Amino acid sequence: SETGLCRDTNLGKDTKTILQHGRSPRTQWPPSFLNGRSLEPPRLFLCVSKTGVPSVLQIQVIEDDRANKSSEPFTTGVKGQTPPLVTTNFQVKDQGNASPRFIRCTAYNIPCTADMAKQSQVPLAAVIKPLAMLPPDETRPYIVDHGEAGPIRCNRCKAYMCPYMQFIEGGRRFQCGFCSCLTDVPPHYFQHLDHSGKRVDCCDRPELSLGSYEFVATVDYCKNNKLPQPPSFIFFIDVSYNAVKSGMVNIVCQELKTLLDYLPRENPEADSVVRVGFVTYNKVLHFYNVKSSLAQPQMMVVSDVSDMFLPLLDGFLVNVNDSRMVIESLLDQIPEMFADTRETETVFGPVIQAGLEALKAADCAGKLFLFHSSLPIAEAPGKLKNREDKKLVGTDKEKSLFQPQSGFYSNLSKECVAQGCCVDLFLFPNQYVDVATLGVVPVSTGGSVYKYTYFQAEVDRERFLNDLRRDVQKPMGFDAVMRVRTSTGIRATDFFGSFFMSNTTDVELAGLDCDKTVTVEFRHDDKLSEDTGALMQCAVLYTSCSGQRRLRVHNMAVNCCSQLADLYRNCETDTIINFFSKYAYRSLLNTPTKTVRDTLVNQCAQILACYRKNCASPSSAGQLILPECMKLLPVYLNCVLKSDVLQPGADVSVDDRAYLRQLLSCMDVSESHVFFYPRLLPLVKLDGGSLPMAVRNSEERLSKGGVYLLETGLHLFLWVGANAQQELLSNIFGTPTFSQIDPNLTSLPELDNPFSQRLREIINSFRSQRSRYMKLMVVKQEDKAELIFKHFLCEDKSASGGASYVDFLCHMHKEIRQLLS
Amino acid sequence: MATYQEFIQQNEDRDGVRFSWNLWPSSRLEATRLVVPVSCLFTPLKERPDLPPVQYEPVLCSRANCKAVLNPLCQVDYRAKIWACNFCFQRNPFPPSYAGISDVNQPAELMPQFSTIEYVVQRGPPTPLIFLYVVDTCLEEEDLQALKESLQMSLSLLPPNALVGLITFGRMVQVHELSCEGISKSYVFRGTKELSSKQIQEMLGLTNSAASGHQGRPMAPQDPAVTCRFLQPVHKVDMNLTDLLGELQRDPWPVPQGKRPLRSTGIALSIAVGLLEGTFPNTGARVMMFTGGPPTQGPGMVVGDELKTPIRSWHDITKDNARHLKKATKYYEALANRAAVNGHSIDIYACALDQTGLLEMKCLSNLTGGHIAMGDSFNTSLFKQTFQRVFSKDYNGEFCMAFGGTLEVKTSRELKVSGAIGPCVSLNAKGPCISENEVGVGGTTQWKICSLSPSTTLAMYFEVVNQHNAPIPQGGRGAVQFVTQYQHSNTQKRIRVTTVARNWADAQSQIQHIESSFDQEASAVVMARLGVFRAESEEGPDVLRWLDRQLIRLCQKFGQFNKDDPTSFKLSESLSLYPQFMFHLRRSPFLQVFNNSPDECSYYRHHFVRQDLTQSLIMIQPILYSYSFHGPPEPVLLDSGSILPDRILLMDTFFQLVIYHGETIAQWRKAGYQEQPEYENFKHLLIAPLDDAQEILQNRFPMPRYIDTEHGGSQARFLLSKVNPSQTHNNLYSWGQETGAPILTDDVSLQVFMDHLKKLAVSSAA
Repeated sequence: SETGLCRDTNLGKDTKTILQHGRSPRTQWPPSFLNGRSLEPPRLFLCVSKTGVPSVLQIQVIEDDRANKSSEPFTTGVKGQTPPLVTTNFQVKDQGNASPRFIRCTAYNIPCTADMAKQSQVPLAAVIKPLAMLPPDETRPYIVDHGEAGPIRCNRCKAYMCPYMQFIEGGRRFQCGFCSCLTDVPPHYFQHLDHSGKRVDCCDRPELSLGSYEFVATVDYCKNNKLPQPPSFIFFIDVSYNAVKSGMVNIVCQELKTLLDYLPRENPEADSVVRVGFVTYNKVLHFYNVKSSLAQPQMMVVSDVSDMFLPLLDGFLVNVNDSRMVIESLLDQIPEMFADTRETETVFGPVIQAGLEALKAADCAGKLFLFHSSLPIAEAPGKLKNREDKKLVGTDKEKSLFQPQSGFYSNLSKECVAQGCCVDLFLFPNQYVDVATLGVVPVSTGGSVYKYTYFQAEVDRERFLNDLRRDVQKPMGFDAVMRVRTSTGIRATDFFGSFFMSNTTDVELAGLDCDKTVTVEFRHDDKLSEDTGALMQCAVLYTSCSGQRRLRVHNMAVNCCSQLADLYRNCETDTIINFFSKYAYRSLLNTPTKTVRDTLVNQCAQILACYRKNCASPSSAGQLILPECMKLLPVYLNCVLKSDVLQPGADVSVDDRAYLRQLLSCMDVSESHVFFYPRLLPLVKLDGGSLPMAVRNSEERLSKGGVYLLETGLHLFLWVGANAQQELLSNIFGTPTFSQIDPNLTSLPELDNPFSQRLREIINSFRSQRSRYMKLMVVKQEDKAELIFKHFLCEDKSASGGASYVDFLCHMHKEIRQLLS
Repeated sequence: MATYQEFIQQNEDRDGVRFSWNLWPSSRLEATRLVVPVSCLFTPLKERPDLPPVQYEPVLCSRANCKAVLNPLCQVDYRAKIWACNFCFQRNPFPPSYAGISDVNQPAELMPQFSTIEYVVQRGPPTPLIFLYVVDTCLEEEDLQALKESLQMSLSLLPPNALVGLITFGRMVQVHELSCEGISKSYVFRGTKELSSKQIQEMLGLTNSAASGHQGRPMAPQDPAVTCRFLQPVHKVDMNLTDLLGELQRDPWPVPQGKRPLRSTGIALSIAVGLLEGTFPNTGARVMMFTGGPPTQGPGMVVGDELKTPIRSWHDITKDNARHLKKATKYYEALANRAAVNGHSIDIYACALDQTGLLEMKCLSNLTGGHIAMGDSFNTSLFKQTFQRVFSKDYNGEFCMAFGGTLEVKTSRELKVSGAIGPCVSLNAKGPCISENEVGVGGTTQWKICSLSPSTTLAMYFEVVNQHNAPIPQGGRGAVQFVTQYQHSNTQKRIRVTTVARNWADAQSQIQHIESSFDQEASAVVMARLGVFRAESEEGPDVLRWLDRQLIRLCQKFGQFNKDDPTSFKLSESLSLYPQFMFHLRRSPFLQVFNNSPDECSYYRHHFVRQDLTQSLIMIQPILYSYSFHGPPEPVLLDSGSILPDRILLMDTFFQLVIYHGETIAQWRKAGYQEQPEYENFKHLLIAPLDDAQEILQNRFPMPRYIDTEHGGSQARFLLSKVNPSQTHNNLYSWGQETGAPILTDDVSLQVFMDHLKKLAVSSAA
């Protein structure tokens, strides 16, 4: 065994990085000259020691990628190239394939055969974020109108016109790149071909030259063959005792008054056409008539929650501008009306049913915003009981904690999806609320769950309001259907995310916002050819916030390979981890946690063993050899394994785990990346525009004299070392004394010094990058709160028993060796 | 001795009682032979301006199953301070407060002129009157506007401390909270889902949530603030409610082409009943339901919403083709019974051109003493004034309405109570004086009359149980005591006690006396009520046959004739009008459904079984006045012969007031003679019936339909259908006279009817 040993084993012919033991973390050898003979991909030799730390660094990989790839725009024209890492800032030029902001694949060279894929165990998946927001310097997908006949499509597989359609016979027909079928070009779309066989108008038409674009859909693409109505937003405010007491009701009502001016719109000049409605509820529902002609809003109470119905038609969903006076009056009065409420029970199912009925009656799609506080125990459909039982953790029955209590909400979500009713849930729990069950409808309708445990108005107001503002304003589509088409030979077989599927191919999303990601797994059903590569086309049919029916199309072409080495050379670890984590988190519903963890470890071991066996040159068994693209696989995998969902600490509630599990299911790669491996920045010198270089997430990296910023995607921590320099403290907190720092700060004081300004800039920029607002927590070294902070130092051994990186690496190595022997 | 005419009139004036027989046959057998049962019309709250109520509790007989009230018929031993009950002969000591009693110092209830006496008693806290408006919003804009105005106006008519509530309905049912400031609040219910009373109260938040946690514990006393959210004193919510009514909109749900609006009348009523049941049980309350069409959804649905399916007709009903009839009727009956149990009455104000489902809903009012008003539109004076008249006041400035009445009947031993017919329900009170022979609503000695007006009149049927071989000693008297407890509109609890007695007579020896004691008017009405009561459950022709048989038997019993000689047939004066009443009754809408919709029939019958004798007689046989230059206005025969060209006729059928201008008069009027000063007398002649009609209109409830027509006018049919068709197209030429107006009908005339009657009466075969 290699235990205790560090062998300087430099046997590779190519790029070699050898990790020394001891405290020399960043010893590295420059890549030796590549003699050009080898087909072997770059790889990594690791030497592991129990006492030492492997010196291949997550940080280094990120920094290298940043250094190499951020200067030049990433052009998507070249098939099979791996895009820059999610941590790298780069510009994208669409040259025929979808931007990595829309689609990221686990592998850009995919095996030609199913056998090969099976042998490697590398998952073939794409993480698709169809409506992703683009940076201001990139153009959003063009809108193409093919006229009354609708978008041009392949006759057989119905793929939409794209750069991979081959025009033949002088442009009169085209051959589908997906199924090879020949389709006549309709006369109105005919164009001559140039000498190279390309259409003359190729560059003028987005659908012939770009990876991503939108079609205007015709009435054939609409529900009931009727053009859609603009969507509606309905706000449901829990006004039970807890909700009122926490201050939530007050805050929501106050905020809505201004927020209603920022409803989504496509033309920033025009008013939003989204109509709004308001309902408050405890164990009964109060609907409000806010018709513009009324002097005062009218409240209509529906107590018959067992059989929900809409008590009014006219005046429930209104245009904000028309009814502004009445709405403001209503929002002013709601907190007063319920200020003295004694009602503690709430309902939940009927609330969603009410929203659904309202949208049905208005014949439109829309989104329900639910502000909810407690476990719905009032007598009503969807009533829940408190079933929190921590004793189940670690047993075979643990999975039941993630399963909904009853089928009620699954059935309800089916109805919601059919109507295009997306549900966003804002939770303000003080105790167990059964997120696993309450989240069923949001998760199945493309909605989101936000959770503010022990909500306190003063402390959590900022986070909640920012989340709410973003949630209301963010661009989104409604009543969407997503379909992924592929070249003959592979097939989309599995889907992960917040949606509903009634068959095996159509991903139905009642709502699809710019942050939602759908992960698609592909499997072979035939052979692929190295010559043609593989294509995929993701088409999303949706109703825009202005009520227009559209089709967004993303195309992606990847290479096919018959050599495993090609596969391993063009993988993306972050995306693989995104896929693995989603796969594992979903498996929790049906499989004991331990099995899920073991399967994960096993699959990764197989991937690495396969590489070792087939791609790496022979070397000592004591060596751990990782492919260049996957050298971070173990460290990230370890983070997945010790995440709260797969290995909970004693203080992690059942609700938290269910919440995180649902949250992850629609994360994109950059979010899952920071979620599993938080970013830890030493705040030393903050000059210039660049960020300080991150350090590894380990307590060893923290200096008592420093201050560190940790970003997890959900939280921000400012760790202050006990011996932090006085100047640093003064710059940040305005006080030179460690003991005078208020650990309850949620925002930094606005001090007039460059350091403070820069730090706040950094915090703001971090926050703007994430779909959810990150609350800032100041953690003083050796304070109680430090435990929470340490939880995120994911290279260390965790309190819940999660392995340290080194230990895990040894374990991984052992697994690989077992597979190899 | 006064004539029976005077005796009857005097008794009616004093006690509000009219008996069919004022001498009672002394045995069961004889009583049956008299054909018309011993029965009476009793008006419990007959207006007695000369009767100031006494302010103490009545003295009751101490026998547990008697409890009769001390009355002038009791024998009193002033020295021993003991009185003997005249019903059970129990000897009772007077209560201590009667210590000063002597034959010169008698309490009022012992004086003969106080055979009817009213006590004001203290029972519990006074409860305010409750008015719960249940308003249909599926109306035409104009109708709704008119209704809103009527309702707003009515607020000023209510006593200021009365509680008022508002429920509106269309596709949904809304219960409006009246107490809140700012946002107006209402509870909304689905119009299709039946809810139990408990559910309704829970959903309205009327149950104490703390109490519901501890099951089995008695309900905590109702928090008035909670119960009052929906029922508020008028003086407090006057403004609020006026605004609320003002803002009331038509039902907003779209009504597709070819559909009726969805109207959840059944649920609206069940919520009204449930609300009152939970908050004010056993308190006088009036649910006033205003509807503009039939219930079209949910329980109590009368017709579907498809316009192509018309609402049920008599034809459908006889063919058993009325889909919803039985179910709806059952539903409303159940509701009515619940309301009746709690003393709440339900009014129906139905204004629509087509039927509104009164047939199914009638029991709501019939069983609870509520009113039914029927009109074409809420925007008519017929509705407006009828509604206004609900709140009319008496000579004391108090509302002519009383609530939560119970009527108890006590009889002396030889007499038993068979039942009652009127706006009442049985309280199922068992007692010794219940007859096994049930007539109308029987099997009880007590009836509940949830709402009473001074004209509310019940028909009571009795049975003589004395066996033939055990005759009652000559000179004996049978007695009946009516004890009516009710809540006066001024919230006082009152008890009115009427004790009447009649002599027993041996039918063999005193048949003449008995005959002359016959009250043919009262008898006609009690028999008519029996007929109408039967018609509700039996086929029309069967009822007519039954009525005919009774009439023939009565004529056989009392007519003087030689066998098989119709010409010899004669009836004494006391029976002379009776056959004519029966003739008109047979033709009346109470028994004839031809030309009347099921709703109209229900409406007519509703009023017939509750009005006093005079009004009932008008309903049976309308009154016809004739106006001419030949003399002062005079009542004339209800006969086609009375329709003359130079007369103006005023016919009062109770439901209609028809002014008919004869052919010549109509021509004159058309020529405008009345405008010319020299024909002022013609102008006066034209005005005279109008003035008289106004007088009737002033007092009648409900407002009659007012019809001004002339010879040849289409509306003249109202008159022509009522008069005795003595001249028809069949016999016109044979009569060869120019007088009168021939009626185009195949109906038999009174003459023919009488001929047949005589023939049958004298027939030895019968």
